[in-house]
Amino acid sequence: MRPDVEIRRLDDAVQLRLIGAWQLGEVRPVAADIAHEIGTDPALRRLAYDVSDLTAWDSSLLLFLQDVDRITAQTSIVVDRSSLPPGVQRLEALATAVPPKEVEQAPRATALARLGEAARRFWESIGDYIEFLGEVTQAFGRLLVGKGQFRRADLVELTRQAGADALGIVSLVSFLLGLILAFVGSQQLRQFGATIYVADLVGVAMARDMAALMTAIVMAGRSGAAYAAQLGIMKSNQEIDALTTMGIRPIDYLVVPRMVALCSMLPLLVLYSIFLGIVGGAFAATTVMDVSWTEYWRQTAGAVNLSQVTGGVFKGTVYGALVAFAGCYQGMRAERSSTGVGAAATSAVVTGIVAIIAACGLFQVLFDVLGW
Amino acid sequence: MASGNGVDPHIEVRDLTMAYGSFVLMRDLTFDVNRGDIFFIIGGSGSGKSTMLRHMLGLKAAAKGEIRIDDHLVTTEPERMRDLLQRYGVLYQSGALWSALTLQENIAVPLQEFTELDQAEILRIASLKLALVGLAGFEDYYPAEISGGMQKRAGLARAMALDPEILFVDEPSAGLDPLSSSRLDDLIVELRDSLGATVVIVSHELPSIFGIGTNCVFLDAETKTMLAAGDPRDLRDHSEHPTVRRFLTRGEFDE
Repeated sequence: MRPDVEIRRLDDAVQLRLIGAWQLGEVRPVAADIAHEIGTDPALRRLAYDVSDLTAWDSSLLLFLQDVDRITAQTSIVVDRSSLPPGVQRLEALATAVPPKEVEQAPRATALARLGEAARRFWESIGDYIEFLGEVTQAFGRLLVGKGQFRRADLVELTRQAGADALGIVSLVSFLLGLILAFVGSQQLRQFGATIYVADLVGVAMARDMAALMTAIVMAGRSGAAYAAQLGIMKSNQEIDALTTMGIRPIDYLVVPRMVALCSMLPLLVLYSIFLGIVGGAFAATTVMDVSWTEYWRQTAGAVNLSQVTGGVFKGTVYGALVAFAGCYQGMRAERSSTGVGAAATSAVVTGIVAIIAACGLFQVLFDVLGW
Repeated sequence: MASGNGVDPHIEVRDLTMAYGSFVLMRDLTFDVNRGDIFFIIGGSGSGKSTMLRHMLGLKAAAKGEIRIDDHLVTTEPERMRDLLQRYGVLYQSGALWSALTLQENIAVPLQEFTELDQAEILRIASLKLALVGLAGFEDYYPAEISGGMQKRAGLARAMALDPEILFVDEPSAGLDPLSSSRLDDLIVELRDSLGATVVIVSHELPSIFGIGTNCVFLDAETKTMLAAGDPRDLRDHSEHPTVRRFLTRGEFDE
């Protein structure tokens, strides 16, 4: 039976007769109707309930009683709850036992104040980055004097993850990148009848920049995000606190091996990527552009020199450090919650890639000045 | 909402064998949880208390035997459990609140999932449940911003969101000081009494067990089966199994 309420007047009292099954999902009477009935009558002193026809109840009834309480609170009417089911009375007592916590409302900040706050926070985050960089540098200092604190097995495992496990994806990306460069170049070069120079273009581009850039971006997505998630979860599990209280520096134990792994594997991956990029370019040139393998190979050997390759490998190493740094920093600074860890992984990839591209731009200028 | 105090099985466990792969954890478990009981699953560490709970919740399939709640078979298939899911609430060991949601949103989730109520009503119910556990005014707080004890209470509020007939509680006292723990016990009893629910608790806290327990089953890791079932105070004083009496007297009982 649908919940209903009958309002009865007896001299200075009003009686609410609750009828039917008061359960969530059933439309219950609106308390405002009662306000209409009693709110205007100054002679009313008491409000009582009659539950003889109440067949069932749950939170729905409690919400209704709350509404009635709210209405009577503004009047001098005394509410008599004694005839309500004992369970209802106890729940009402529980709900009002602890006064609601006053939530202090922060004044709404103006646009200018918010801008200032954002700028201040940005400034602080730079300081935090530098502090973390300092801690990592110190940790490497300790590593160099033989006071490293990480487990060798961890380093081996991390190196395998950052090296051998990444070969598949790096192969695919590098091969396709070489192929794409060859196609893009051939469109232009064909106009001058200089299709063979595709080999120069692919070789030099891969060796100098593209191999390092693409490999680092792949690693930012693979390892950078993984580091941030691993360290973030360790932090929220208090595993990092456990290390600290055991006298193990988390930076030495967790960050250093990750940085070492990425910085040592990226040069190798970059070399591998240069090679596969050239193979990709050769594949495109020989199948579509009527260039033979030997011609392509001879042309490439003439165009690519060692200093270009070492430059690329050097850049790759720096990118590796940036990716590992971004991943570890975000992980160590993650908030202790599932969203915090997610945000850390995202930030690790984003800041990692931005740092790689920024560094790449810087290297162009620097290498130009140095004539490398 | 009425609670019968007579013997009226609410959960029936019949000939249950719990196993991980070929490793048998417990076998030959047969007992009833009666309507209105505060039922404890007790046993030493590693005896399979929490696994027992996972079986009752349909999170793990029985190797043999069956569990029925209100004559509905408990299975691990979510579609077939949907009816049952609305009838029970679970308070997990650490609260298991969703950290990305505020307390109010946490409690709103089951209501949005299982009822057709409009959003304003759902939020009011969520506030009411928070008030019931003494957290009025904490609606917009995130789980990370409140203490462990408060997280447990908020978890209890979420477990009660749908006015469940059965409340499952995993280690209510884990991580709480004795005072908070006993307050949580009182709260559970109070809610059981006023809502007329059945409560199933996994615990090895003796003060809790003797304080609020009305019925229990004792799981023994050594013999891989249940040794006893019944009123915990009765078992402490009269059980024929020395293991049970030793456990319930913290080893002070000797044959």
